[in-house]
Amino acid sequence: MVSKASKAKAPNPRITAGLKDLFRRPRALLAAGVLLMMVFAAVAAPLIMPYDPNAQMFEGLSLEGAPLPPSAQFWLGTDLLGRDLFSRLVLGTRTSLIIGVVANGIAVFVGAAVGITAGYFGGWIGGILMRFTDLMMAFPALLLAIVLAAIFKPSLLIVALVIAMVNWVQMARVIYTETRALAQREFIEVQRAMGSGPLRIIGRHILPHLVYSIIVFGTLGISTTVLLEATLSYLGVGVQPPTPSWGNIIFENQTYFATAPWLVFLPGLAILLLALSFNLLGDALRDTLDPRLKGRH
Amino acid sequence: MTGQGAISGRGADPRPVLSVAGLTIQVATPTGAQSVVEDLSFDLMRGETLCLAGESGSGKSMTALAIMGLLPQPMARVAGGSIRLADGTELAGLSEAAFRKVRAKRISMIFQEPMTSLNPVMTIGRQLTEVLLEHGECTASEAPGRALALLRDVRITDAERRLKQYPHELSGGMRQRVMIAMALACNPEILIADEPTTALDVTVQAEVLDLIRALQREHGTTVLMITHDMGVVAEMADRVIVMRDGRQVESAEVGPLFAAPDTDYARRLLAAVPRLGQAPPRPVPDRTQAVVVADDLSVRFDLRGGIVNRVQARVHAVEGVSFRIAPGETLALVGESGCGKSTIGKALLGLVDWTGSIRVAGQQMRGLSPAGLKPVRRNIQMVFQDPGASLDARMTVGQQVAEPLVVHGLASGSELTDRVAALFGRVGLTPDHMARFPHEFSGGQRQRICIARALALRPKVIVADEAVSALDVSVQAQVLDLMRELQQDEGLAYLFISHDMAVVEQVADRVSVMNLGQIIETGSREQVLGNPQHAFTRRLLAAVPVPDPTYHRPPVPPRGAAPVSPVWPIGQEPRRVHLADIGGGHRVAEDDPQLELAHRGYAS
Repeated sequence: MVSKASKAKAPNPRITAGLKDLFRRPRALLAAGVLLMMVFAAVAAPLIMPYDPNAQMFEGLSLEGAPLPPSAQFWLGTDLLGRDLFSRLVLGTRTSLIIGVVANGIAVFVGAAVGITAGYFGGWIGGILMRFTDLMMAFPALLLAIVLAAIFKPSLLIVALVIAMVNWVQMARVIYTETRALAQREFIEVQRAMGSGPLRIIGRHILPHLVYSIIVFGTLGISTTVLLEATLSYLGVGVQPPTPSWGNIIFENQTYFATAPWLVFLPGLAILLLALSFNLLGDALRDTLDPRLKGRH
Repeated sequence: MTGQGAISGRGADPRPVLSVAGLTIQVATPTGAQSVVEDLSFDLMRGETLCLAGESGSGKSMTALAIMGLLPQPMARVAGGSIRLADGTELAGLSEAAFRKVRAKRISMIFQEPMTSLNPVMTIGRQLTEVLLEHGECTASEAPGRALALLRDVRITDAERRLKQYPHELSGGMRQRVMIAMALACNPEILIADEPTTALDVTVQAEVLDLIRALQREHGTTVLMITHDMGVVAEMADRVIVMRDGRQVESAEVGPLFAAPDTDYARRLLAAVPRLGQAPPRPVPDRTQAVVVADDLSVRFDLRGGIVNRVQARVHAVEGVSFRIAPGETLALVGESGCGKSTIGKALLGLVDWTGSIRVAGQQMRGLSPAGLKPVRRNIQMVFQDPGASLDARMTVGQQVAEPLVVHGLASGSELTDRVAALFGRVGLTPDHMARFPHEFSGGQRQRICIARALALRPKVIVADEAVSALDVSVQAQVLDLMRELQQDEGLAYLFISHDMAVVEQVADRVSVMNLGQIIETGSREQVLGNPQHAFTRRLLAAVPVPDPTYHRPPVPPRGAAPVSPVWPIGQEPRRVHLADIGGGHRVAEDDPQLELAHRGYAS
């Protein structure tokens, strides 16, 4: 939604130049590479997985019944039920990417829309929207998610929607404050004096200035989203077992943290990589979109 | 000014209190280190006032920050040269810990914006005692007494009460006095004043300058003053260093510099300074028609509060103001900050709610919906003070000049491009500037862009709200020339809102002086500026700094009571002043008891 206004006119030389500029940044390139690998893993999971991720293998446990550490047979070791961790992580990429991108995308969109509307128009519209936001904020997020997830039959999409409903609030607050400050700036007053309508002012003059916050908070939201999904899974209202997600792998295995730390550490690393890649890509995107920083790396 | 006491000590002690030699300051930029000050040398003699004068970007503020050890880290650094105090202490490259012993005790500084330099959540008294205690000037029990004495020193009325007040409760002039009190708390040898009066009203500026001079005389402090205003230079300086692009252009005693500058640059700089009483005559516009007629215009803002958010008081920003502007005429609105002059401009453009009647090009604007207002807006446009803030940093300037045409559906495609290119040409820019972003232009160029944007709809009137106040004098003169040229060619009328009397004299046909939301004196330029009748107008004119060191401005009479506020409780209203014609359309407010109170301090 970030460059919606400019993308509408298809061959925009600024956007193509921006893309070239984006990929001249080594960190952005690395992040894009990691994300592409994750997308590939999610799509081609059946081809990559060495084992059936749900198969509880006898040889996957030690004689005492403990999970196995990484070895040539099980590359990343096995979990408490003797399942191959690598296969589960690969399949979990699907769940986590969908949740991270879809749920967070919806949260960012709703939050930004509410924040901009309330911030620009103010008055009673802003009052109602922001009081509702406060209400949502005061309500324990987890409880809300549990209630919602219990009402609807848990599926990936429902879980994504539930998470989005909980997560849009912070974004709305941040964007509201920034829009209020922007709406009082002189260049917006110039627009009003010129006779520009509110849609034009918001689309062409306010939204471009919010890109920074939307990207920063949007990318930060990805890791919290993935973790919230894990919490829901743990409570039995998230993605249903045996379908793996990075979050529920951590929760299933957390009791073994002392003896088999890789079971928690490796999926955690995967979440970190995902969030970090989005953050780096977001930073680069922000810099390319700011004309004042043109040519800096 | 030059002859006043301050320099009497100079002959006694020939050693400089501060010597700067070969100072070079570099700033990191994307393209590598760039020198903003290069090879600057000067000696500061005991008790004198040295002015560093120059336009923006000349490196004068950077020099001051380097002396204070306050250069923004890590972007800027002293790359060469030395800054030495009288006892041989070298300040260039001094550690932060050692610098803390120098600041406040030996050198202290006051800044342009007193509101942002004071801590908004601490009382004045606490901020003053903190300085005293931090530098071990006195014991904790003595501190409140010392703080009070300091405030009395800077002639603040009601000093005991001020100690318990917060910065926002004081006026701008009082805040700057507090800053001066803090700066002088440890009796430093050197006071650096960086544009200390630029953010203040001209009458307040005069008071603060008087104060700095008086304190200098009493304490024998050496003053290094940084300013862009040649009027302030003439009034304050013993010696002047004119800077440009980080280099010294000319260094001279103030008298010879103003009488016969040695360098071309100094000559041009001084020539560009507008001087009161020297404006060229203007063609007399035909006043039988009117393009703007405002009648009984009032703007009030509700102040809400309490649990149920009821209206508790009203700010009467503009109260019953009437005026008319003829085609091709310039009406100047002058007054101190907060007098309502900008609000009138905003009301004309429908940016604030107002009551009364406004006709633009014959059309009544009262009661129009946003859609109904749109066609009227083609006739009236606005240019704001800060061109940087009124342009969108994320859009090319070409797109921004095109916007009014797009919004009003007046042109598209190649016709749009052609018209925008023509507008760029009209304001002295070239069409290849169109693809650039605002940050790639200088302040003057940006204001040209804003003017081009205002011209796009071919308006009949342009409201220029302090449109040249943020520009350097040389650039200011160019922009004023452009505005005059546009007026002659297109018959534009201007509502020129300004606090700068010298500029107003250059551009205005008629002048209206405002105070507390009402016009108190109005007439032709010659009538109001040449023969001011109201005490307030006289005080305003007397305070204007004159760029002539031989002129001795009489000290401004101190303000009596605090200025009467435009905030009134519900049910009460300010009394309307009555303007009496004293001949030839020169109308002056008849004093009534209430205004008498407000102006008690102004009467001379």
